[in-house]
Amino acid sequence: MKDARLRALAARRTRFAIALTATMIVMYFGFILLIAFDKTLMGRLVAPGLSLGILLGALVIVVSWLLTWVYVRWANTHYDRELAEITQ
Amino acid sequence: MSAPLLTLLQAAAAALADSTAPTTSIGEPNRVAMVFFFIFISITLGITYWAARRTRTTEDFYAAGRSISAGQNGFALAGDYMSAASFLGIAGLVSTTGFDGLIYSTGWLVGWPVVLFLIAEPLRNLGKYTFADVVAARLRQTPVRIAAAIGTLATVIFYLIAQMVGAGGLIKLMFGLTYETAIIVVGAAMIAYVLFGGMIATTWVQIVKAILLLGGATILAFMVLAKFHYSPTALFSAAASRYGDAVLAPGKLVANPADAVSLGMALMFGTAGLPHILMRFYTVPDAQSARKSVFYATGLIGFFYLMTFILGFGAMVLVTPETIVAVDKGGNMAAPLLAEALGGTPFLGFIAAVAFATILAVVAGLTLSGAAALSHDLWVSVARKGEATPIEQLRVARIATVALGIIAVFLGIIFKGQNVAFMVSLAFAIAASANFPALLLSIFWRGCTTRGVVTSMLVGTISTLVLIYLSPTIQIDILKHETAHFPLKNPALITIPLSFAVGIVVSLLSSDPEARAKFAAVERRIHLGAKA
Repeated sequence: MKDARLRALAARRTRFAIALTATMIVMYFGFILLIAFDKTLMGRLVAPGLSLGILLGALVIVVSWLLTWVYVRWANTHYDRELAEITQ
Repeated sequence: MSAPLLTLLQAAAAALADSTAPTTSIGEPNRVAMVFFFIFISITLGITYWAARRTRTTEDFYAAGRSISAGQNGFALAGDYMSAASFLGIAGLVSTTGFDGLIYSTGWLVGWPVVLFLIAEPLRNLGKYTFADVVAARLRQTPVRIAAAIGTLATVIFYLIAQMVGAGGLIKLMFGLTYETAIIVVGAAMIAYVLFGGMIATTWVQIVKAILLLGGATILAFMVLAKFHYSPTALFSAAASRYGDAVLAPGKLVANPADAVSLGMALMFGTAGLPHILMRFYTVPDAQSARKSVFYATGLIGFFYLMTFILGFGAMVLVTPETIVAVDKGGNMAAPLLAEALGGTPFLGFIAAVAFATILAVVAGLTLSGAAALSHDLWVSVARKGEATPIEQLRVARIATVALGIIAVFLGIIFKGQNVAFMVSLAFAIAASANFPALLLSIFWRGCTTRGVVTSMLVGTISTLVLIYLSPTIQIDILKHETAHFPLKNPALITIPLSFAVGIVVSLLSSDPEARAKFAAVERRIHLGAKA
């Protein structure tokens, strides 16, 4: 019973980790491929002094950090709580 | 470099030749730099003395007694990762090429979430001192430890050479010391930290260095922004109005998408295979702290790379690319020149001392992880089959530290004047192709076998080395051949999938009933740690 619950929790964490990793891969390589294939678009100014490329580059950094926050929050609450219940 | 900028540069250089040479005190001994550097050395040696009295067991030496908090480890991870190359190199690249340099700023960060999602917690719960502990958890010790030590040492040595050669050149340029003196000073300080203070001293050196580097860069960024009404876009506009909108758009760096994706893969997955980074997760008390420490580290490192946007464009506008290139062809002096322009010689001295401290801390971390591979993986686990007494383990760890430190000094001197910048991306490529696939397969896949994982690590290391040798980086840039046999500058696009494929195919073709039988127990430990 305990083992089954732990295996289910393990599977859930693996799925979540893979989904977040996939998000990172899509976001970063999407950014790189946009640079490679549409330089004009990335050079377009969205505000005075701010090109789309600079904006997206900064966003890649900020969103990467937010994704680590999402994971840590999930793990600190849901994952840790269930783990504590299993080990009781 | 984009074409309009280049022409502009040439025009400006011609104009400059008529007027005056760039006035800078870079290259002359800087008294303020010396004072700051002495303060840094005194503080860190004081820390080492304090740490030495607390370093009694191998657990203290390799893992700081598992007593580092999540916040402290966040700073230490950031300190280990933010090298002088990223501070000086990226600021220089942005200041001379504009947007293209920023591609590196983002690339150096995106590995961290991957470390958190896939590696940090299993590593903390399964291992003791090195990442080989994790890979070997349910596989046969001897072959796995040997293969992992090869991957670790290859990563560490290439990273060390790049840092040592960079240190020699940098210190020569900023302090006026000779190259050899600089290398020996770095080597001696690094050996002292690691030999006497082990992981406790190394961790605190990283924390002090991270605070200095982040503080120095923040002050510099504020001084830049103060000239532009605290508006980054006003700064970018100033750069664009002087050098054209092209500086805000992609230039030639990503001319070849395969090259860009390949480098991106090395950076993204290499971070999760860097032995000196992985080793830090053993210094915290539990998996929760390991998890939180990556969140802090990612925030600090991300903030730092965002500031490189400001520093780079700030140097472009306030120092100008022509002056930067006149002082150092590689552009590495952009940040120090910016400091001099905004705060005079004393601030230049402070930033120079910060850059020196940065290199020292990074080489100390690298040396400790290399020493752990030599002593914990090769000597204790392979040669002595785990039978070594605690006293012997600690003695061997210290001998390995001194040996690696001396090797690093020698390599630094041998490679004097060589173009070694590619060695950092080589280290990332090996980490991504040899260490990362083995970790992932052994943690997540029930069916992996000793033979599969060992072949994957060896193929990952060897294929990376061979393809780098055949790449344009070595063949055209260094050996001056007309063509290269392999088109990509970084081989990760080929070697990461190759390493995974070899690991999977060989595992499917071989059987390892013990590894399969232990999977359930290992999975329990991945989640529950020592409680399991």
